[in-house]
Amino acid sequence: MESTAANDLAIEFRDVSYTLPTGQQVLSGLNLEVRRGQTLVLLGRSGSGKTTTLKLVNRLLSPTGGEVRVNGLAAGDVIRLRRSIGYVIQEVGLFPHFTVERNIALVPTIEGWPEERIRTRVRDLLQIVGLEARMASRYPRQLSGGQRQRVGVARALAADPPILLMDEPFAALDPLTLDELQHEFLALQQQLSKTVVFVTHDLREALRLASRIALMEAGRLVTVLPPRDFIRSDDPWAAAYVRAFGVGPASAASRNEDRNAS
Amino acid sequence: MNFFHFIMQNRGQVLELTLEHLWLVGVSTLLAVLVGIPLGIMIARWPKWNKPVLAAANIIQTIPSLALFGFLLPVPWLGERVERLAILALTLYALLPVIRNTYTGIRGVDPAVVEAGRGMGLTDRQLLFWVELPLALSVILSGVRVAVVISVGLATIAAAIGAGGLGEFIFRGLAMVNNQVILAGAVPAAILALLADTSLGWLERRLRPQ
Repeated sequence: MESTAANDLAIEFRDVSYTLPTGQQVLSGLNLEVRRGQTLVLLGRSGSGKTTTLKLVNRLLSPTGGEVRVNGLAAGDVIRLRRSIGYVIQEVGLFPHFTVERNIALVPTIEGWPEERIRTRVRDLLQIVGLEARMASRYPRQLSGGQRQRVGVARALAADPPILLMDEPFAALDPLTLDELQHEFLALQQQLSKTVVFVTHDLREALRLASRIALMEAGRLVTVLPPRDFIRSDDPWAAAYVRAFGVGPASAASRNEDRNAS
Repeated sequence: MNFFHFIMQNRGQVLELTLEHLWLVGVSTLLAVLVGIPLGIMIARWPKWNKPVLAAANIIQTIPSLALFGFLLPVPWLGERVERLAILALTLYALLPVIRNTYTGIRGVDPAVVEAGRGMGLTDRQLLFWVELPLALSVILSGVRVAVVISVGLATIAAAIGAGGLGEFIFRGLAMVNNQVILAGAVPAAILALLADTSLGWLERRLRPQ
């Protein structure tokens, strides 16, 4: 659609389908591009195929049809690929038997970074995600939900991956913590300019964080639009979302200001 | 009174048989751990092996111990030394709890933790040794504990084929119709079982992830 050079694309889906061994079709005919430094939000209800789409990027799942290209490559060493992609999930999945420091340091450790560099990196990351340095020696069970998710984000950022996948990372948080983390996400994104694919079912979150919103329904991509076009879209599914969340063009404009301000 | 008297008079032999007993239990448990944990890991990773492996271990468990000793007696290399035979039989009995708990422990690790690990690019081996096994450790250990307690009891029957252990006193006492002699075997065996149960239980609690 736009005239983008091929090497400007971090992630490409080319006619991708995914069918479960049981024969159930989860995704079909998916074509999607994510440019470098962009935040693409996959919006849709449960079962629409958002998470499946995300897992195709770091190949926790393999497409049953079509191809998914990451940095122009559709094949290659899965382990290398995953270590160059940060992955944040709603349940966080921190290792309960590791301290915060060891959790964050995991990928740098297996990548063989020198100890001093790892320690510095952990200290920097804690600061970036807004945690005090003394949290480093805590165990996950000693943290609040919001703190855990911050550690999850720090862990995903540890080896400075160019791509970040986030699967409803803030869905289980209280509204205040949610607001805080969304705000920090925007600030962080301004600073780091990662390529982000972000899954949510919350339109407000999508409007606030996205460069573009990809709306999914029943395993198909309905439309891909920037937030300000999304709320004015006459696509019936998009309109249904806008109605359900009660967000008009006016409120979206104020959200975009918030985006630009941070 | 008479019982303590008997124990004190024969303390050399009581000690010897207790050590023999411990040897039988220790070696067979070690073997069961060496075989059972890898098998448990295997069936956790490839679930299609789950049913046949657990079924086999289950069937072994249903064979009465005296019958199992009897079955194994004519086997060439085993039959030469009865301790070998006793140890193999005890190992076979100990397998089920070890395999089952390894399987349950690994499958019981929070799927989100495993998914996060995989997504971050851990290899299967790293995932197993850094995440799954450490988190399953207390469950695996509780399987070992069950195996040890079962073995301490079963090992008394090894005396029936002449493999020694505290069962010697029990069988001798039965033949002599002498309760003191029976108790001289049964009480130390019970104490061993209790000690093993308590100490492994303590270790298990220490290792349980919070």
